[in-house]
Amino acid sequence: MQYGFLYQFFFYLFGVIGVASAITFVTRKNPVAAALWLVNTMFCLAALYIMMDAQFVGAVQVLVYAGAIMVVFLFVVMLLNLGQPSAAADIKGTGARIAAGVAGLVLVAELLVLARQKLPPLLPDLPRGTNITVPITEPLFRQYLLPFELTSILLLVAIVGAVVLAKRRG
Amino acid sequence: MVPEALFFSALLFVIGVVGVLTRRNAIIIFMCVELMLNAVNLSFIALSRLYGASGQVFVIFVMAVAAAESAVGLAIIIAIFRHHETVDLKNINLLKG
Repeated sequence: MQYGFLYQFFFYLFGVIGVASAITFVTRKNPVAAALWLVNTMFCLAALYIMMDAQFVGAVQVLVYAGAIMVVFLFVVMLLNLGQPSAAADIKGTGARIAAGVAGLVLVAELLVLARQKLPPLLPDLPRGTNITVPITEPLFRQYLLPFELTSILLLVAIVGAVVLAKRRG
Repeated sequence: MVPEALFFSALLFVIGVVGVLTRRNAIIIFMCVELMLNAVNLSFIALSRLYGASGQVFVIFVMAVAAAESAVGLAIIIAIFRHHETVDLKNINLLKG
């Protein structure tokens, strides 16, 4: 491994903090606290992206996920006045718990398969001083131009649909 | 670095699945779906270190679709709340036999 001790340390640190925040997020009763823990997970993921040479995606992660999407979630929680944890237990019964246990077993199997996988060697790092948007925008605006345009149409449809659905009729 | 990232990605995905299966609050279930999308994004970024930058392009698309999905989904949740005065999935059982 050509990466130093400090790199490894911070990689594990951000990964562990992200997973711990995700576990805390799933177990919170209060939706606002859950949303804020999820924001923490997303920041850790952004750090991991930047450490894996995807700086642009890391910045977009902070702007779009932590900035925009989670603000929309918190806004809806505020709008519907759900800030307090619900009185009834917010956890489903045994059937769902068994299903969740099966999901955990699938995880263990997945990790065992992953552990004996031979991965190809890493691509070289970006040379110092390259524009970090170039490796993404080259394929985005040439090879994937049609999906890019379709995404813009999808976003337009989503905006119109959200307004229509959430508008108070009357 | 890449196997560790895939390991974290698998963990995050399963945490999202467990959240979807065990929680009742519709908004929290929705956030769990976002967490699963994020876990898949982490795999894409990790594998783009091995196979080239197309994975990063895909992550951009996933983010755009997630933004659209959260906008429409939250609008649906608001509409449901107007109708039922709750976002607890226990009370939203119109299709239950």
